[in-house]
Parts: sequence; C-alpha cells; structure tokens
Amino acid sequence: MITYEFLQNYWWMLISLLGGLLVFLLFVQGGNSMIFLAGKTEEERQLIVNSTGRKWEFTFTTLVTFGGAFYASFPLFYSTSFSGAYYVWMLILVTFVLQAVSYEFQNKAGNLLGKNTFRAFLTLNGCLGPLLIGTAVGTFFTGSGFTVNKEAAGNSLQPVISQWVSGFHGLEAVANPFNVEFGLMVMFLTMCLGALYLINNIDDDKLNSSLRGRLGFVFLCFLVCLIFVLVHLVTMPGFAVDSTGHVFIEKAKYLHNFLQMPVVLALFLVGAVLLVCGVVLTLLRKGFRRGIWFSAPGTVMVVMALFMVAGYNGTSYYPSTADLQSSLTLANSCSSEFTLRTMSIVSLIIPFVLAYIVYAWRKMDLKSLTRKELAETDHKY
Amino acid sequence: MLETALIDWSRAQFALTACYHWVFVPLTLGLAIVMAVMETLYVIKKDEFWKSTAKFWMKIFGINFAVGIATGLILEFEFGTNFSNYSWFVGDIFGAPLAIEGIIAFFIEATFVAVMFFGWDKVGKKFHLASTWLTGIGAAISAIWILVANSWMQHPVGMEFNPDTVRNEMVDFWAVALNPVAVSKFFHSWFSGWMTGSVFVIGVSCWYLLKKRQTRFALASIRVAAIVGIVGTFAVMFSGDSSGVHAAKYQPMKLAAAEGLEDGGPRSPFSIVPGIEVPGMLSILATHDIDGYVPGINDLLYGYVDSEGVEHLSAEAKIYKGKTALKAFRAYRKLKDTNPVAAAKVKEVLEENVEYFGYGYIDDPEELVPNVPLIYWSFRVMVGFGSFLLLLMMVILFFEYKGKIKDMKWLQWLAILAIPMVYLAGQAGWIVAEAGRQPWAIEGLLPVKAAVSSLSVGAVKTTFFLFVAIFTVFLAIEVRIMLKAIAKGPEIVDNE
Repeated sequence: MITYEFLQNYWWMLISLLGGLLVFLLFVQGGNSMIFLAGKTEEERQLIVNSTGRKWEFTFTTLVTFGGAFYASFPLFYSTSFSGAYYVWMLILVTFVLQAVSYEFQNKAGNLLGKNTFRAFLTLNGCLGPLLIGTAVGTFFTGSGFTVNKEAAGNSLQPVISQWVSGFHGLEAVANPFNVEFGLMVMFLTMCLGALYLINNIDDDKLNSSLRGRLGFVFLCFLVCLIFVLVHLVTMPGFAVDSTGHVFIEKAKYLHNFLQMPVVLALFLVGAVLLVCGVVLTLLRKGFRRGIWFSAPGTVMVVMALFMVAGYNGTSYYPSTADLQSSLTLANSCSSEFTLRTMSIVSLIIPFVLAYIVYAWRKMDLKSLTRKELAETDHKY
Repeated sequence: MLETALIDWSRAQFALTACYHWVFVPLTLGLAIVMAVMETLYVIKKDEFWKSTAKFWMKIFGINFAVGIATGLILEFEFGTNFSNYSWFVGDIFGAPLAIEGIIAFFIEATFVAVMFFGWDKVGKKFHLASTWLTGIGAAISAIWILVANSWMQHPVGMEFNPDTVRNEMVDFWAVALNPVAVSKFFHSWFSGWMTGSVFVIGVSCWYLLKKRQTRFALASIRVAAIVGIVGTFAVMFSGDSSGVHAAKYQPMKLAAAEGLEDGGPRSPFSIVPGIEVPGMLSILATHDIDGYVPGINDLLYGYVDSEGVEHLSAEAKIYKGKTALKAFRAYRKLKDTNPVAAAKVKEVLEENVEYFGYGYIDDPEELVPNVPLIYWSFRVMVGFGSFLLLLMMVILFFEYKGKIKDMKWLQWLAILAIPMVYLAGQAGWIVAEAGRQPWAIEGLLPVKAAVSSLSVGAVKTTFFLFVAIFTVFLAIEVRIMLKAIAKGPEIVDNE
C-alpha cells in the first residue's frame, strides 16, 4: 500500500540520491580547483579545463534538478531556505554562473577579461561552490533561525509565511564550527574526486604524477574534517519529531539514527570504505587510475546516508533554532499526496535517464584525453 | 507591512534575469534547428561542405549556449529566494513542471550537447547526427515544461485551495500539463526561437556576402535559415492568434491594456497606432466573431454585461468577495481545532468566495490596471517587427532562388539590421505576457505583493546590481567573441 507517509519517505530518498549524485558530480569543481594547483604548464592547465569541461553540464543539470525536485516535493523548504539564507544561495548561484560561462569564454579571442581571469573563476567556483553548499547542508543538522507562520497568509498587509531572524541571511551559518567543518569536508572531498577523475580521464604521466601529489594532501585534509564532523555528529543533540509533529531536542539524536537504522549505517560504512579505498589504492599503486570507480559510488552512498540521517527516523531535516515548532519535517513541508504520487510516476523515468547518460558517457570516454588529441581537435576549451 | 520598494526591486530582479535569459535562449532554440538541418544534409548528401557549415554554426551556438543555461539557473532559484510566499502558496503545482524539466529535458541537453561538440571523431555519423537533433529536442522539451509552468501563472487550472495546508494543491495533473494556454504559448515561444535563429543566420550570412567572402557558405546558410524562419514565423502567427483568443478569455485586462481599450463592447476596433483603427477587427481577433464582446479597462473595473447577457462583477465587488474569503480563512484557522462546527460554517463562506481569494490582498481597484502604454507599445513592436521579418525572409528567399541576392547590397544591409529587430520583438512579446499580467503573479489568484519574500530592500538591491553587472559583462563578452568568430569565418571544405 503506497501511503502518503511512504511517498514522503520515497521522495526524501530521491532527494538523498540526487544530493549524493550532485556531490559526486562536484568532481568537476574539485578538478577545477586543481587548475593552478596541479597544472604547471599551459598545456597541463588546458588538459584539466578540457577534461572537466566535457562534464560540467552534468553537474549543472543535477544542481538544477536537485532544486526542482526539492521544489516539487518539499516546497516549504524551497521557500524558507532560499529566501532566508538569501546571501548564501545567491553566492552559490553566482559562482556556478561564473563557472558556466568560463569554459566557453576562457580560451576565445576577444574575451575581454583574459584567460587567467576565467580560469580563476573556475577555481573560485571549484573551491567556494562545494564549500558553501557543504556549509548550507551543515545547517540541516545544526539548524537556522527562522519562523514559519501559515496564519500570516490571512493578513493582507504582511502575508509572508516564512521569516528569517538574522539580517545576515544565511551568512551567520559560519559562526557554527560544525557548519564550517562540514563545508570544508565537502570541499576537500570534491577536490579528491576531482583529482581521481582527472587521473582517470587524462592520459599524461607528468600531470598524473602532479595530481597524485595533490591528492595525498587534500585527502589528508578531508580525513581530518571527516573525523571532526563525525565526532560532532554522533555527540551533538538533534532535532527529533514525535508522531504528532511536535519537535523537541534529543541528545545524540544522529547517533541514535545511525544505530536505529542499520541499513543506513551499513550504507554509510560501505560508502566510506569504498571512498577511502579509491583514494588509497590510487596513492599506493603508481599505475592505478581507476580510483574514481570506487570513490564515486562511495561518495554517493555516504552522502545519501547523511541525508537519510538528517530526515528519517522522526527527525527534522531543516530545524529552526528560533522557534522549534517551525522546524521543517518530511510531513509538514512536503507537497500534497496527489503531487507526490504524480511525481513518483515521473521519477520512474530516472533509470532510463541514467542509462543513456552512462551509454553516451562511455562512448565519449573510451579513450583518455591526451595532449595529442587536444592539439588535433578543432573544438576545445 | 511589506515595503513597496521591496516588491518593486524583487520584480525588477526577476524581470532583469528573465530579459537576459530571453536574449540567449531563442538563439539556442533556433540555431539548434538550423544546424541540425545542415548536419542532416551532410549525412544525406555526404558532402563535407555541409559538415563544415554546420560546424561553424555549432561554434556560434556554443558561445551562446552557456549564458542561457546560467541565467536559467538563477531564474529557477529566484522563485525561492525572492518569491518565497509564491513558492509555498502554489509550490505544490508549480514545482512539478520544473522538476520534470530537469529530469527529462536538461539531461538530454547536457548529455548530447557534449557528444555534439566533442564527439565528431568518437562516435559514428548517425549517432552524432542524432545527438545534434537531441540537443535541439532537449531544448524544446525544456521549453515545453517551463512554459507549462508559466502558462499556469497566466491561467491557473487543475488545483484547489486547501485552508489546512494554506496553499493551492494540484488535483488534475493533465489539466496543468495540457492547459490550452500552455499549448499555444509553447508553440509561440519555440517558433519565435526559430525566427531568431534564422534571422541571425541570414544576417550574418549577408555580412559575408557584403564582404564578398564565403559566398557558397553564405548562400547555403541563407536558404536553410530562410525556410526554417518562414515556417517558424507562420507558426508564430497561428499560435499568436490562439494566444489572443486565450487572453480575451482568461486575461481580458491584459488584452484591453495591449489595445489601450478603455471602453469595449461588441465590434471592438483594433488599434494599429493611436488614431488609426480597424473597426470590428479586435472582436474578430479576440473572439473570431465580429459581434464578439471585448471588455475595455473601464468595463473590467466597473463591471459589464456581455453579449450573451452574462453579468461580470466590478473590481470592487471582487475585492469585497476577496476580503470576505480572507476573513473566513482567518476565522477558519482560529476555529478549526477548537470549534469544528463553527469552523465548517466559515469554511463554507471561504469556499463560496475562494475564487476571489487573491483580490483580498488588493486595496484599490486601480491596482488591477497594468502599465497600459508599456503593454500597448510592446505589443506593436512585437507584431510590427514580426510581420516585417516574415516579409523580409520571403523576399530574401525569393532573391536567393533567383540567384540575385549576391548583388543586392540594400537587402543584405536590411538583413543585418533585422538582427536587433528579432531580439526586440522577442523581448516585447515577453513584456506583453508578463507585465500585462500585473499586478498578478498568478492571474486572479495571487498578486505579486503577496508573493514576495520578506527581505530587506538593501539585500535585493545588492543582488540586483550584482546581476546587472554580471549579465551585462557576459553579454558584452559574448557579442565580442561572436563578432571575432564571425570575422574569422568558417573553415569551409568546398568541393565545388
């Protein structure tokens, strides 16, 4: 029997999956953060830009779809978070917009700002994009200062339902160390993924060895952040919700969620092992270039598990620190049963979408990118 | 109380993003068709000339493509950032087409555009051709769903207001997806993209003729683009006709503003420009009947009885009913948990007046009149330039077939000057559609002033000017890069 509650949980699973895929696809951003770090010569930088440049639309599209799916399934989150944490979301959008045009513009005659400016935009988005997205997701666990008052719709002078308490509109999230740790963790993770992707996608010994050098350092940074995040996550109080919708603080809520949902815990642990294996094997075995094949699914699994811990098992996934009862839960922020049911039918198309993406991607990536190909091709970034 | 400045700046930011978005998107829609036709000719004729011709237009497509995507990303999120009340009040309906657009259309575009650009030596000819067509089809599917969403704002259907969740909820997906306004709006917008792409290609090709460069390439491009453009313009005219009928039926104030019609009635005249009218023509265009009743602005404000004897309420009466609905809603929210019997009674009052719920936020009937001069002149720019461009493309195609266009400098110049005209026509069309709907975010359901987010004016002004700077720089760079690429010209393989 497909109940309303089942549909809410199903859509949170899809949001978790899209979140996981998005973080994996942020390897494009991670790769771009390596343009100046690992690319020592013009040719090497061009190889990096052209390698990530053939995949950036997927990341962009997944970001848009993530937003669209959130809008369709949990519109109260869309209205509350995007209007409230206004500056943070606008900054995220601006960095992605700069990235989108930089590929096409950076190497073209007449681009006004010069090649290195556009590459700096790519690097800026490569670091700041994941950092800000991670920091914003960190608030799923620590909460934000907002109120939701649906009665306001009846007031013709002040009808706005969602109100943000702080005038900093989301920037105040950096005052909480957990959010910053979370943001840094996502940033270093995407840098690891970027390096792994480039090692796999570009056939070039010099660049390969430079990328491996950077991979070791960013992986170490990632591990440190991951440990901080995990220690905080399992010890911090969380925002629980009972069967009547009443929200209350529960000690070690997220630890309880892991322990009470063994499947999610297993998903997290298997994902973490795969993620680490991908990096470690690449670092230890010189000729090994398939690290991304392990770390990519590992990343998707870990991120999915974190989203599930944030929203399942009677948890408010977007808590309010200003008014506990304004906190967003799967039940109070979702679309109607009719819409969720309709959109669930639409979601059945996702496997077909994934199938043609995999087919086309495989066709395009059968051969790794080389300096020779770049020199001979007439369409390059 | 929400500041008027906040509402104005929120509107301005959305309008800015939408206007810039519509600078880049129609060229994407149109060029996609032109270059796909050219590549098809290459595959059928096995002539490398067509491959290099298609490749040149793909290069131009690539320069333009990314900025359209970037501005589109901001548009989607601005519903949440700047119109949060809207996002909750109708998100149950409005979010669905946006999500479907992402899942179905964007991934087609993202996957196959990469194959189109980088796959020439990696995939077979037919797979590559399919990818080029799929890039265009993906863009068209994307247009379908975003226009389903937009049309729902013009003519909301398939939903019910739920006072318990305080929002409108979808009850009929197919009514939303097959909204008659959406069908005509999609064809109108998509084919206007064909016009833009075609006029652009013809204009650039004529520049090569003027410079006496790349003659075969230019003539071949003109022929393909003119055919695509003429087909597109006729489709724009037919879909525009049904858009007019829909406006008369569902958005009479928009139509009255577009015509500057103060007092309407049967046999209403069509205004060509102030002082020059065609008697009865507006009734024919709007209702397909010379005796059809077209209400004017005053009729809509003060109420009227149409030709069939149906009485239409005045604005004041609608506002009164809207305020009654809001009052009943407030009472229902207070009583629903404590006094179910009394709550049921006020719910009945709410349901009787819910059709006018949005009017409850309106204070003065004059608010219901959009900016008439803006709508009136925008409509004339759209129709005037559109008609001229159709004529121009037919003349150009005629002389191209006759083999005379190479020597007709005046026509070549005219084709170049037509490029800004097609952009102005497109922008004007969207001004009619969006500014003509004011003060409503959703026609008759939610005014803009009840749709915005609660932000400081300073915050919205900051992002507005940031976007002005970014978009303007992007546009300047894009134009400059395009001009350089055009000046350099295509690398044509000519076997003739």
